[in-house]
Amino acid sequence: MCLAVPGKILAIEEAEGNRVGRVEFGGITRPVQLDFVPEAVVGDYVVTHVGFAISRVDPEEAERTFHILHEMGLLESEGLSPDHQSEGHDKAA
Amino acid sequence: MKYLDEYRDERIARALVADLHRCVTRPWVLMEICGGQTHTLMRYGIDELVPKEITLVHGPGCPVCVTPLEIIDKAIRIASQPEVIFVSYGDMLRVPGSESDLLRVKAAGGDVRVVYSPMEALKIARANPQRQVVFFGIGFETTAPANAMAVWQARREGLRNFSMLASHVLVPPAIRLLLRSPQNRVQGFIAPGHVCTVMGYREYEELAREFRVPFVVGGFEPIDLLEAISMLVAQLEEGRAEVENQYVRSVSQEGNLPAQAIMREVFEICDRKWRGVGLIPESGLRLRPDFAAYDAEKVFDVAACSAEEPAECISAQVLQGLRKPIDCPAFGRRCTPESPLGAPMVSAEGACAAYYLYRRLALVS
Repeated sequence: MCLAVPGKILAIEEAEGNRVGRVEFGGITRPVQLDFVPEAVVGDYVVTHVGFAISRVDPEEAERTFHILHEMGLLESEGLSPDHQSEGHDKAA
Repeated sequence: MKYLDEYRDERIARALVADLHRCVTRPWVLMEICGGQTHTLMRYGIDELVPKEITLVHGPGCPVCVTPLEIIDKAIRIASQPEVIFVSYGDMLRVPGSESDLLRVKAAGGDVRVVYSPMEALKIARANPQRQVVFFGIGFETTAPANAMAVWQARREGLRNFSMLASHVLVPPAIRLLLRSPQNRVQGFIAPGHVCTVMGYREYEELAREFRVPFVVGGFEPIDLLEAISMLVAQLEEGRAEVENQYVRSVSQEGNLPAQAIMREVFEICDRKWRGVGLIPESGLRLRPDFAAYDAEKVFDVAACSAEEPAECISAQVLQGLRKPIDCPAFGRRCTPESPLGAPMVSAEGACAAYYLYRRLALVS
């Protein structure tokens, strides 16, 4: 439940005071709220929990963590497994 | 050594294990709080790699597992109402209430939907203005800010058909309860890395001082946990009781201040019953009166009820680290992930499910 997955911010949109990033997790992109990491910019890696970024991490750490989560089969429950495509979420080109 | 060749950083893992074997001189009981960490410990066999002097017990850190039966029953009653779209994190659907579960409500025609983020629940509310959308807001401090933000946003937009059934829990009061118990045998704690990413670790410094017990804030990867165990054992062997941070790449002493701010604005601290454990004073979060219009317990007239746990289930003792899942007579026989008696067998992060997944072949004849 407290699983948090690192991903890369591809773009940031600001609408009505909300900062929402388009964040890539191993090929799958998701909208991620950036309210709690106001310092994050495009290209940063953020640790994401239930659709909200909770901290920034460096790229190598992010890469390694993502692989381990995949290996442990923990991405499935978040709909983020690179092997499966969940409904309603677009895949990065 | 069994398991070690599966490690991505096998060399580091071997060095950490060797170091532990050198350092330990007597028995120690350590507890990890977080269910995600329990999963890693079992998956990578860390409990079997560490010296036999070290006993790892598993704490109450799975919010799905500790959500009280009464709240599950309320969720089921709300979700059964025809005008309601009930929105939840996936893990909650199979958690047994006293008579049913949310998955059965869905099978019987209830509109129960699974989301990965509370913001998706808001989207559903915007798209269905004629229906009542109720979000099941559970979780520890890691999840509470996100759930708080959904309520805050709903109020800002003036959404009138969105509410939250909130049952949040806080880690430090549960640790305090364990440490005060005369039955306690835990001598050192791995503090939960993502809870501390949000909250920082000052509260754990108070606990360390008050009870003279060491804490190490730990991450979720196998190497993180081996390192955290090693740091804890070093403190215990040297007679120190401090808070150390192994998960520096994500955790600071102060934590995430914007996340804490929204949590405080939307929620207030309350007493909360934990499934299997009982009432823990000041261990939960509920919506502040300012947000009463978004509180599903106020919007829907669902009377309070009290419910009994199945007598055979020992999840109360498992969640307090007093017994291991395999000590339960029902484990793997009358209680399995497909047909769970207690919540720790339901959630992937529950201690019983972790043992079932990784150890049952060795344990159940």
